[in-house]
Amino acid sequence: MLRSFPKGGVHPPENKLSAGSKITVLDLPKTVNIPLSQHLGVPAVAIVKRGDLVKTGQLIAEHKGFVSCNIHSPVTGKVLKLDKSLDSSGYKRNAIIIEAEADSWMDGIDTDSSLVKDFSHSSEEIVKKTLEAGIVGMGGATFPTHVKMSVPRGKKADVVILNGVECEPYLTSDHRLMLEKGEEILVGLRLFMKALNVNKGLIGIENNKLDAIRNLTQIASQYPEISVVPLKIKYPQGGEKQLIKALTGREVPSGGLPLDVGAVVQNVGTAFAVYEAIQKNKPLIERVVTVTGKGVKHASNFLVRTGTPVSQLIEAAGGIPENTGKIINGGPMMGKALNSVDVPVVKGTSGILLIPADESHREAVNPCIRCARCISVCPMGLEPYLLMTLAEKAIFDRAENERTMDCIECGSCSYVCPANRPLLDYIRLGKFRVGQIIRSRK
Amino acid sequence: MDSILLYTIISLSTLGLVAAIILYFVAQKFKVFEDPKIDLVEESLPGANCGGCGFPGCRNFAEACVKADNLENLNCPVGGNETMANVAKILGLEAVEAEPQVAVIRCSGSFENRPRTNSYEGAQNCTIVHNLYTGDTDCPYGCLGLGECVDACNFDAMYMDEKTGLPVIIDDNCVACGACVEACPRDIIELRKRNKKDRKIFVSCVNEDKGGIAKKYCSVTCTGCTKCFKVCPFDAITMNNNLAFIDSEKCKLCRKCVVECPTEAIHEINFPPRRVKEEAKAEPKAGLTEQISTKNSDN
Repeated sequence: MLRSFPKGGVHPPENKLSAGSKITVLDLPKTVNIPLSQHLGVPAVAIVKRGDLVKTGQLIAEHKGFVSCNIHSPVTGKVLKLDKSLDSSGYKRNAIIIEAEADSWMDGIDTDSSLVKDFSHSSEEIVKKTLEAGIVGMGGATFPTHVKMSVPRGKKADVVILNGVECEPYLTSDHRLMLEKGEEILVGLRLFMKALNVNKGLIGIENNKLDAIRNLTQIASQYPEISVVPLKIKYPQGGEKQLIKALTGREVPSGGLPLDVGAVVQNVGTAFAVYEAIQKNKPLIERVVTVTGKGVKHASNFLVRTGTPVSQLIEAAGGIPENTGKIINGGPMMGKALNSVDVPVVKGTSGILLIPADESHREAVNPCIRCARCISVCPMGLEPYLLMTLAEKAIFDRAENERTMDCIECGSCSYVCPANRPLLDYIRLGKFRVGQIIRSRK
Repeated sequence: MDSILLYTIISLSTLGLVAAIILYFVAQKFKVFEDPKIDLVEESLPGANCGGCGFPGCRNFAEACVKADNLENLNCPVGGNETMANVAKILGLEAVEAEPQVAVIRCSGSFENRPRTNSYEGAQNCTIVHNLYTGDTDCPYGCLGLGECVDACNFDAMYMDEKTGLPVIIDDNCVACGACVEACPRDIIELRKRNKKDRKIFVSCVNEDKGGIAKKYCSVTCTGCTKCFKVCPFDAITMNNNLAFIDSEKCKLCRKCVVECPTEAIHEINFPPRRVKEEAKAEPKAGLTEQISTKNSDN
């Protein structure tokens, strides 16, 4: 019996079309567009100005405050302008636009792909280097990693969990990374454990990636403190709280953090980025992005520099198919439709999904028939139909008591609703309003 | 049989009497004194509980009025000066006259002026769309057209115009409670001074993008060209972030700015048509003057 989170969950078709295609390095873009807010928290502050020449890996925007992140130039070239530019949020945000020339890396960055295993760094050194390298959670939430690495006083982590679940349909970037960069990921995990002073590491992988499980289990045999755990195929197995429950049996309290139960969860992509930052001195300027969809000619996994326009990725995968209805940043369950293909790849872009027109429309909304399917699939044990109604009718104090803030926005409720009700849309509204109310109390 | 009845009556009456005595003393002990003026003031208020005064309901507003030393900053926009005079009379305070206001929609991005570039099929709620993306046009500042303001209006003073996709305010019904201003996630609606005959001059745009960019997605945007700012003889116009703003307190309704605006972003409403003489004198753009009368709308 495979481990899993106990409550709820759905089984959307997996459609991992690009699972078999190796990670290929995408050509350098001509111009890159680097938003100053690629992470959760305070936007970074640009430290270059128009006309400056920058090298690949050079710091171009500094973190501001603790919950913020450095940004480095992904290319060598001239800063064209600092301007507002459309990003995947659908709004124009401050960005640095750089015209790329021939690639020339900053001194001190090891661009060689050979494996380095150097565990001599102290815990503080690892955190400091992670902060300098501008690493964020690569699973999509883009929370600054150095914050997760620094445990506040009075709390103690005793297990580091690596998230290789990739439960989103279609996406395969983590899967390919686990196959091709397994050694590096495990070194990254060891560094994490060292930074947090923890001697237990777990890697959770959904059971549809048997080759990745086999690969990592084999590599992990040299580290007795790390074990790989296959997990049941169920969405959202990769949710932070779900993964902790599945692997350790601990339940993160309502409103609490994983650290409250002694766990820290990191994506496998983040572990790889940490490996590169510590062992190769390389900042986070590239990532693996899946470009996929039923009509896409060559569903692929690209190693892309951040700032590359999404249009270039789609072009490399064979262009936009004729009947495309929506282009989604991320997976089909939690991703967000893009307004334009000119938006750049950022640190949190895990995939670009092209959905055919006949699958991309919402059905007509009908009244709730009280079937309670949303309740039975909610992995957080909430009552989505009720939270939606409370948000719709603006009864926010009750919505707060019904734990609307615990919603992880996985979209399982909207996925199963037979009346096609926009449950998650309204729950997000409720969360936004309740968040405002909670903040105003402080 | 009779005696049972008698005993019942006697015992229940005694019980009732004892309870009444206890309750009397308890009520004396825990008596909460409430100013009878609060009831009087509350009665004189409209009782709409709209929240336009800044308090949750009429009762809370009445309590605040009774507590206050003077009626400054306390105003019931629904009842207006008449109601506030009554309140002042009850409390023996001096009435403070407040200028009547009216809500104004500062966006003209109709279907015609602002082309739709994508389709939105999710929940029909402005705040949800605003938190998600720019909306079905490319303007990140303009009206989303899903009518959250209309739903918020308690006085039947708003409706959605199906032809333009924009909300319309019925001046006669608007009491300036500010519910729509609060509801709009994009801060498009503004409360402005109510002029004679409901005449209005305002910049019908809140776009802060540079002119060249804004013109790409909306033909009636304020480009921030400062022409109106330069022509205004009363310093009523301020320029901020590529956007002109007309202060309704300073504006003397001279209509000079309306003619200057190259994108028709400044609206004049409920004015008589301009005299031919004036038109000849003014720039050729005088012919563009528009007459939108919300009063004559067929709702």
